[in-house]
Amino acid sequence: MSTESIPWPSATAGSRSFVDTLHEWVTTVDHKRLGLLYIAYALVFLLIGGIEAIVIRIQLIRPHNDFVSPQVFNRMFTMHGTTMIFFVVMPVLFGFANYLIPLMVGARDMAFPRLNAFSFWMTAFGGLVLYFSLIGANGLYGAGNAPDVGWFAYAPLTSQTFSLGHSTDFWTLALLVSGFGSVGTAINIIATIVCLRCPGMTLAKMPLFAWLNLVMAGLVILAVSPLTAAQIMLLVDRYLGGHFFDTQAGGSAVIWMHFFWIFGHPEVYVLVLPAFAFASEIIPVFSRKPIFGYPVMVGATVAIGFISMSVWAHHMFTVGMGAAANTFFVISTMAIAVPTGIKIFNWLATMWGGKLEFKTAMLFCVAFLFQFLVAGLTGVMLSAAPFNWRLGSSFFVVAPFHYVIVGAILFTLFGAFYYWFPKMSGKMYSETVGKLHFWLFFIGFHLTFDFMHIPGLLGMPRRIYTYEPGRGWDTWNLIVTIGVFFQAAGILVFLVNLLWSYYRGKPAGSDPWDAWTLEWSTNSPPPAYNFALIPTVESRRPLWDLKHPDDPDWKYE
Amino acid sequence: MSAPLNATALTLPAQELAWKPPSRGRVGIYALIAAESAIFTIFVVAYLFYIGKSLSGPMPREVLSPPIFYTVCLLSSSLTIHFATTTLRGGRVRSFAAWLLLTIALGAIFLYGTASEWHRLIYHDGLTVTTNLFGTTYFSLVGLHGFHVIVGLVCLCIVMALTLFGLVKQEYAERVEVLSLYWHFVDAVWIVVFTVVYVIGR
Amino acid sequence: MQSRGSNRWHGLRSPILLCVCCSTTAVADRVSPLSPTNIFAPASTPAKSILGLSLFVLAVTGAIFLVVFTLLLYSVVKFRKRKNDDGREPPQVYGSNQVELAWTVIPVLIVVALFMATARVIASVQKTARPENAIEVIAIGHQFWWEYRYPGLGVVTANELHVPVSDTNNPTPTLITLLSADTDHSFWVPRLAGKTDLIPNHPNSMWIDPHEIGVYLGQCAQYCGTQHAKMLLRVYVQSREDFDCWVQQQTLPSKGGGRASAGQHIFETTACISCHTVAGSAANGRFGPDLTHLMSRDTIAAGVATNTPEHLRQWIQNPDAIKPGSLMPAMQLSDQELDALTAYLETLH
Repeated sequence: MSTESIPWPSATAGSRSFVDTLHEWVTTVDHKRLGLLYIAYALVFLLIGGIEAIVIRIQLIRPHNDFVSPQVFNRMFTMHGTTMIFFVVMPVLFGFANYLIPLMVGARDMAFPRLNAFSFWMTAFGGLVLYFSLIGANGLYGAGNAPDVGWFAYAPLTSQTFSLGHSTDFWTLALLVSGFGSVGTAINIIATIVCLRCPGMTLAKMPLFAWLNLVMAGLVILAVSPLTAAQIMLLVDRYLGGHFFDTQAGGSAVIWMHFFWIFGHPEVYVLVLPAFAFASEIIPVFSRKPIFGYPVMVGATVAIGFISMSVWAHHMFTVGMGAAANTFFVISTMAIAVPTGIKIFNWLATMWGGKLEFKTAMLFCVAFLFQFLVAGLTGVMLSAAPFNWRLGSSFFVVAPFHYVIVGAILFTLFGAFYYWFPKMSGKMYSETVGKLHFWLFFIGFHLTFDFMHIPGLLGMPRRIYTYEPGRGWDTWNLIVTIGVFFQAAGILVFLVNLLWSYYRGKPAGSDPWDAWTLEWSTNSPPPAYNFALIPTVESRRPLWDLKHPDDPDWKYE
Repeated sequence: MSAPLNATALTLPAQELAWKPPSRGRVGIYALIAAESAIFTIFVVAYLFYIGKSLSGPMPREVLSPPIFYTVCLLSSSLTIHFATTTLRGGRVRSFAAWLLLTIALGAIFLYGTASEWHRLIYHDGLTVTTNLFGTTYFSLVGLHGFHVIVGLVCLCIVMALTLFGLVKQEYAERVEVLSLYWHFVDAVWIVVFTVVYVIGR
Repeated sequence: MQSRGSNRWHGLRSPILLCVCCSTTAVADRVSPLSPTNIFAPASTPAKSILGLSLFVLAVTGAIFLVVFTLLLYSVVKFRKRKNDDGREPPQVYGSNQVELAWTVIPVLIVVALFMATARVIASVQKTARPENAIEVIAIGHQFWWEYRYPGLGVVTANELHVPVSDTNNPTPTLITLLSADTDHSFWVPRLAGKTDLIPNHPNSMWIDPHEIGVYLGQCAQYCGTQHAKMLLRVYVQSREDFDCWVQQQTLPSKGGGRASAGQHIFETTACISCHTVAGSAANGRFGPDLTHLMSRDTIAAGVATNTPEHLRQWIQNPDAIKPGSLMPAMQLSDQELDALTAYLETLH
């Protein structure tokens, strides 16, 4: 097969016109191309969201700074949060899922290719709607420009009374539209994994990547829908004069919080489960051992999926829910720490006794393990409701959740880029430059997010555009801001590496890492049809079986 | 870096694999139904939460009367669509067309019932979305359901049109069945909405 | 070590009337070396009981961190691929039921212990019975200032909360009911208690019983709009005598008039009275802070500027210059009018 397949029209194809190429990409339904579109889209918004973060940090570098006005600052943190979650992390994870799942389960494409394309374009359109607010919303004070209500948009700040004009509507519509895209992708993932696995690949034999994305898709379906419902209610309030969140008419501001967090908490698991998926594929390969405890990992994942639907009000401990409700959410939140901890132990056991190769992808995943450990433990701290009363809504919340989103998710995402870049582009990246990226970003990450815990402990709340001197917060904010520039440098190095390697890197071959799952059996990049013949598998590591016919996996599983 | 693998080697000698994964359409529609159920659940929760909390205005007890006839129509349409798919599987396309037409008619009657109830509530009883919490939650919940009925009816009409052009054949029965699953879902939601609005809420 | 930015509380000017006992009180700000808002320097029972739990949780999570961190570090160092590696794959281990069981059971036990400790503290803070001699305050959050009403004592004030110090043997806690006039806010004075939100149509309550006299700082902790950052909190914990004195003084109506009557005239004919109240005059607006005893406060605009004539004048001339986005409009007054108005406000002790 490999010698007979038709080469993918890549950067070397110069004979087609630009319009033809553009048309092909815009109308594609091929999961690999859509995956790349999602990833490219997310990288663009990563830069934009990163610039917003830099603005925030410069404003907070010293007390009473006036780099930006409070109105601009409030827009910055709203847009930073909304962009990063909905238009960076979710698209990039959907992109990798789209690209890899059919390859890993031995299928030719996702279950519904046209729905796939539709979902991508809906998500993309949502991002454009959000940023159109910068030029499209205008009118009275507070009305123009980007939304400034925080990414969680608590009622009644979002009612027509307090948010005049249209900026909040852009926020609402952007998320509504991209929510439809997310649900479409989730339906596709579920249908692909359930229906299109190749012969022999029972659910117990598919890669952990597929399992984690399956549970993630289930969470998207159950969690994004409440957000859609809440958005519709908000629109009814704002435009039809409804009273869902209108406290003057007897409505409840707290019910928005409940609906939002019923979405918001499982959402963070939607973001982190694919990160676990990347780690579960990369760590075994670079430890030269299979993942330790596959059935337990699957069980823990499903448990996390279920429990995550029951913890949402730990974001609302300060709202005054009563002791019984607070206590319930304490126990459910602490409970979810158990399967999560089990996963960390399993990754540790995978590395134990192996032969660790520290390629760039592995560096990022090892850092992930340390950082996720810290993030998980600070999460346990915050789950103790009284501790939360001290620390909630302060920078002691901002630091841990960035520890998860950047320290766990973004790190494994970089690992995934370096691991699968050879497969997607057919070229090898520069290992040295990759390691430079790692160290720059690692130093910046720790400077920023380690020291960010301290102002929280010293009483600094969130979402403030400036702060008083003499509260002991000044030095720490300065260090935090410095770290941001290291991270920015790291990301620039990363992008340069990607682009340069795409055009000038050495050919990678189909299996540069000596790995074991099905995607490494096709060409790099894979042909449009993925596999010449649909494979049949007998174990979780089909390529291991091929490379070690005397000692195949299916004898031991 | 090992040499590129020959993927044909992966097609191991075929053992007797009983390999029948479920159909994509079914899995897809079940996933969609799950998502829609979550949306409806939130609206139902809001409705239940706000029962009795309106500060003024017409109360449910005063203005609502259970639409029994229209409910019977909608629920019967589930039965008729079931017969429709069964006859299509059996290959009797004309019979299928008749049952489909009946389904559409019953669905349309239900919509008419909702519309006339709303007309009465708005113009006669003075209840609108803005009146009070009851108005907001009632029109939103019933309206969301009605919207889904409309979408379902549009899809059924498209199938009807295709049938009239002779394009619907026996082998497409699975696809029509997937659509009928959506229609059953819409009816099931109505049972919940009916219970919440006309039984519990009054 | 001098703490940065320590506050010297300027003495209260004795009111002309009854309270001779109200002498100036110089209060040294009890600032912890790190910060006046350090959560690890509690000065009130809710804060202290939470501190106990916090330390327990920190100890447990710290121990877990040390153990796992060491194991991770060890594995990363010990199992590196050596330079002289023979290229064979290491032993392929698929799992182990005993190990999995061990590291499931132990975390479950830890979680149970943490949960029990937490539940106890939740109950102790949220379910304490209210003693008879508690001071009751209603705190109403506004965009972007705090309104305080003492229903039992007939006091209405803004932005600076006065409470009596509480003796552990004979506690006089302060019970605060939290309401909101507009959006969500949150009352957070780290050294006195955890934060509790102020949500419209959803009354909450909290209590504090500070053990040390002093000024405690905090600020709004739930994003409420443009000037969320400058909705600062100042809680003045005073001795019982001083507190009673302050209450006495606050219940008196203002004494405007006399040489400042020009200013009072401007106050009453411009839109000021539609938002502000001055007890004993025609002004009884409720949208903005009560100004009856404006001069008894150290700061204006919810802690943003010190209460000096210059700042007062600046504030009236153009609030946006000090607190951009605050809801008080600039009144477009001439310099003369501003001077007269400021002089009038200076008489409101």
